[in-house]
Amino acid sequence: MSTRQTRTAARLMMSPAVILLLGWMIIPLSMTIYFSFLRYNLLMPGTEEWAGLMNYRFFLTDPAFFSAMGNTLLLVGGVLTITVIGGIALGLLLDQPFFGQGIVRILVIAPFFVMPTVSALVWKNMFMNPVNGLFAHAAKLLGMQPYDFLAVSPLFSIILIVAWQWLPFSTLILLTALQSLDSEQKEASEMDGAGPVSQFIHIVLPHLSRAITVVILIQTIFLLSIFAEILVTTNGGPGYASTNITYLVYAQSLLQFDVGGGSAGGIVAVILANIVAIFLMRMIGKNLEV
Amino acid sequence: MARATSTQRRWVVTIVAWSVGLLIFFPIFWTILTSFKTEAEAIASPPSLFAFEWTLENYGEVQERSNYFRHFMNSVVISLGSTLLGLIIAVPAAWAMAFSPTPRTKDVLMWMLSTKMLPPVGVLIPIYLMFRDTGLLDTRTGLVIVLTLINLPIIVWMLYTYFKEIPGEILEASRMDGASLRDEIIHVLTPMAVPGIASTLLLNVILSWNEAFWTLNLTAAKAAPLTAFIASYSSPEGLFYAKLSAASTMAIAPILIMGWFSQKQLVRGLTFGAVK
Repeated sequence: MSTRQTRTAARLMMSPAVILLLGWMIIPLSMTIYFSFLRYNLLMPGTEEWAGLMNYRFFLTDPAFFSAMGNTLLLVGGVLTITVIGGIALGLLLDQPFFGQGIVRILVIAPFFVMPTVSALVWKNMFMNPVNGLFAHAAKLLGMQPYDFLAVSPLFSIILIVAWQWLPFSTLILLTALQSLDSEQKEASEMDGAGPVSQFIHIVLPHLSRAITVVILIQTIFLLSIFAEILVTTNGGPGYASTNITYLVYAQSLLQFDVGGGSAGGIVAVILANIVAIFLMRMIGKNLEV
Repeated sequence: MARATSTQRRWVVTIVAWSVGLLIFFPIFWTILTSFKTEAEAIASPPSLFAFEWTLENYGEVQERSNYFRHFMNSVVISLGSTLLGLIIAVPAAWAMAFSPTPRTKDVLMWMLSTKMLPPVGVLIPIYLMFRDTGLLDTRTGLVIVLTLINLPIIVWMLYTYFKEIPGEILEASRMDGASLRDEIIHVLTPMAVPGIASTLLLNVILSWNEAFWTLNLTAAKAAPLTAFIASYSSPEGLFYAKLSAASTMAIAPILIMGWFSQKQLVRGLTFGAVK
């Protein structure tokens, strides 16, 4: 069906998108790689010089890097644990017939549409604030000491905020997957006398495994780049207690003006994300029929 | 008997599901409610649920103090602009890949997707420096360019999955009837493609509206959209809960409404067709 003429036309139609994305990927990324080998500080323009692997050595041996790495893993792992388990539970719940299904679905999905700076600030001030927050009011009401969430456990608090934002996403995807579960298969297993637990383990969970993997991979890609929530709640602190890799690179380059060091950090972040991306791409590629 | 248990079960599920739903929605509800309180009532302990004096003062004050409307318009221009520009670039590309695929189409699609996996922080410095040197820092134009590029892969993918569902036989049939390529595009394909394009537009406006890495790093006072404007409330002066709530309510309301219409597209758009 495709003649040479239509093939040329097709190539022409694709070229703007391809060229733009190619430029977007190659130009800045190669600049970052180049900068990462320079001694380059924005406060001292004109003093750039070749530094070899110095930036990487400094970045990778900096204690801040280790805490940022640990925090990144905790943040991603914590949010994934909450959202996957919560998403399965919520998906199973919303999949049952009940009154007002549509409205409850809307309520559950809503947090996903709240911009990150709003959700972070609302949680920080109106809920977690140790004096005026709702949690503090509740604690006082129960005769307990209010807990200063963001000062005492900053990372844990950020995990809670981010999990609230992403729970709707996993719920929605797992619910969509649940709805495609063959009801005949379920009924057949019921006839065979399978209880709800064994039904869940032997039929529902295997059916969901693909969707769960997709949720984990896609969320990981986004969670590795969490930035706004940290910026407006803790600024990465106290110390480095809530600094992740993304925030560390930002601080290094745009707050300390160390372009070389920041670039080395950026490349480390790219490599980290790529490890996840390879698995994700393989899964998506398998499902793609051209 | 069986019927009775099933109705009973339905009621139990209803109560549990509503409780969970309201709990998850509560922070948003609380924000909206607080936006109608006075600052003193907003921090009152114990807080009052409905028995307070309702006021619209905060909305006026947020506008007066910080020219809220300008930031709102920045958000509108940036999210709509980047989405429309993205569509103009992506529609022909997705069209070509869906209707005249070659053996390399799959590779191109996968490669486009891989650009989305690039963490923004990996290119933050070059983009920042380029923007500084070309005067694009803190301009709407600059943000439209960046957001177009970061959302382009999602736009191409979504459009591709929608176009792919348009049956090719229809094209052949119209060609048999002697329709020209122009007729074919205008009268046959476009009407079938419009719903897909509309859904793509909706989801991408939402994603751009809420984008909070580039908007925070590339804007200051002038071109700041709502994401960056709201962030300025992180170092407040004096009592500000009610004003923060009013600013937040206005920032999320349009997107909440659009979001509810786009539930289905959300799954398709963000899982790249891996879950349907």
